[in-house]
Amino acid sequence: MNIIVCISSVPDTTSKINFSDDSTELNKNGMQFIINPYDEFGLTKAIIIKEKFGGNVTVITVGEASVEPVIRKALAIGADNAIRINAKATDSFFTANEISNYLKDTTYDLIITGRESIDYNGGAVGGMIAEFLNLPFINACNALTIEGNTAKLNREIDGGKEKMSSKLPLVLAGQKGLVEEADLRIPNMRGIMQARSKPLKVLEPTSNNYLTSSVNFKKPLEKGACKLVESGNEVELVNLLHTEAKVI
Amino acid sequence: MSILVYTENWKGKFRKSTFEAVSYALEVSKLLKTDVIALSFGQVADDELQKLGKYGATKVLSANDINKGDSKATSSLFSENISDKSIIIFASTYTSKMIAPRLAAKHKIGMISNVISIPTSISPLTIERKSFSGKAIETARIESDQAIICISPNAFGITEIEGSCSIEKIDTIVNDSIIIEGQETSSGKISLSEAEIVVSAGRGMKGPENWGMIEELANLLGAATACSKPVSDIGWRPHGEHVGQTGKAVAPNLYIAIGISGAIQHLAGVNSSKIMVAINTDPEAPFFKAADYGIVGDAFQVVPRLIKEIQNIKN
Repeated sequence: MNIIVCISSVPDTTSKINFSDDSTELNKNGMQFIINPYDEFGLTKAIIIKEKFGGNVTVITVGEASVEPVIRKALAIGADNAIRINAKATDSFFTANEISNYLKDTTYDLIITGRESIDYNGGAVGGMIAEFLNLPFINACNALTIEGNTAKLNREIDGGKEKMSSKLPLVLAGQKGLVEEADLRIPNMRGIMQARSKPLKVLEPTSNNYLTSSVNFKKPLEKGACKLVESGNEVELVNLLHTEAKVI
Repeated sequence: MSILVYTENWKGKFRKSTFEAVSYALEVSKLLKTDVIALSFGQVADDELQKLGKYGATKVLSANDINKGDSKATSSLFSENISDKSIIIFASTYTSKMIAPRLAAKHKIGMISNVISIPTSISPLTIERKSFSGKAIETARIESDQAIICISPNAFGITEIEGSCSIEKIDTIVNDSIIIEGQETSSGKISLSEAEIVVSAGRGMKGPENWGMIEELANLLGAATACSKPVSDIGWRPHGEHVGQTGKAVAPNLYIAIGISGAIQHLAGVNSSKIMVAINTDPEAPFFKAADYGIVGDAFQVVPRLIKEIQNIKN
């Protein structure tokens, strides 16, 4: 099994988000970066599949040199090699186009992305790769087993789940359930040492096509002070919700 | 110029998010002085299709033979109906996120998701969206002539009008290699992302056996149930209920957080809620800084009393 996992370097989930003075980009000062959590579930699943069936796990990312610590972590927890397309990931189209341009000349059985990145939340790269490579696509995939040349999957749908099967290769956008939180791997010293000698290929982008851009960012309005009601006086809370907020 | 809108049904009935998308499409069509055409996939009866007219669609193209999980066939039908300057509107659902990106890649159309505003300009199309998992609002611009807009659930609401639509049936050949083997409905009666009230609980509940009162409160309010990340990680509740930065983002009219401290990752996923209520024993819990109303107290005492008081006003 040759598995491609697309990963993104994103601010740690505990980060407070701030922007540059002109509000046009993220202020990265003092910020910790991690593998996008949705991607990490997929990466961990890919490593588990490889350990069972043999093969190779390649991580691929579009990003500048500053994202390399996150690539090294992916290698340290079990990916075999990495590709970095040396460009800022301008938008979903550019990112998916660059990844697809690389993949069209390689062989693979399965391509995994996260359901979305927790920074820009576009949720589009997986579906776009599927279109560029003319492959089936499953979104919000939360269970996967491989049986020969077939993938058996569950995907979350609004209001339930759907069981599906598809011939390989295909693209899936994953989330928790592919593996559980407890299955995630923490790099150990041996892994970190090995990661240093695993191949990380840096390629220049093949295009400059993007279709969307950011004008600026702002923070949501701060809420006013919380109205506290004494425990025991729930009737007051119910009245406030009914007559003041008019939500019940 | 035309406005196309994707509709999604659950067992033959349109979702609330679909009516919201059609209502939104009508608003956008007023800016462009054009009509709204809705596309429907799977088996939907004519009287249900007619309902789309009440929210602003003038024409419905109905493809009974396309399964809604078939992103290739679905996007092909859109391809046949888009013009040089189309705007295509989707409600953000797990299924629409399989179709919109395909269409965007195939026709090189700029796609913007999590949209929370009507376009502030049309050429270039500029619009507000949620970004950084709800921690920021981004003004984004589409650089192509055509546009794909995926709206955030509950950001606009539904507006009924005096209107009707014509129905045109489409015969299509199914061409995807994905086989759907079955569906399961989740335990909650109300879809979490579309719910107007959400009752959510965290580790303060001490164990899964104590969720009875949470479900009782939710049933009473016609609400969906949700939970915090630790609760889904330890398996007290299903993953589908996890709201927050790495779970579902929700935007109900009322979000009641019981025994949830309010970590920044949790608040990111719920801070678009119109009114938030926190119930927690710890007066220093960060949720009280984000909430509109709060009770510092023990959930095991507060929630039963709350249920009683709500029953009183409902009667």
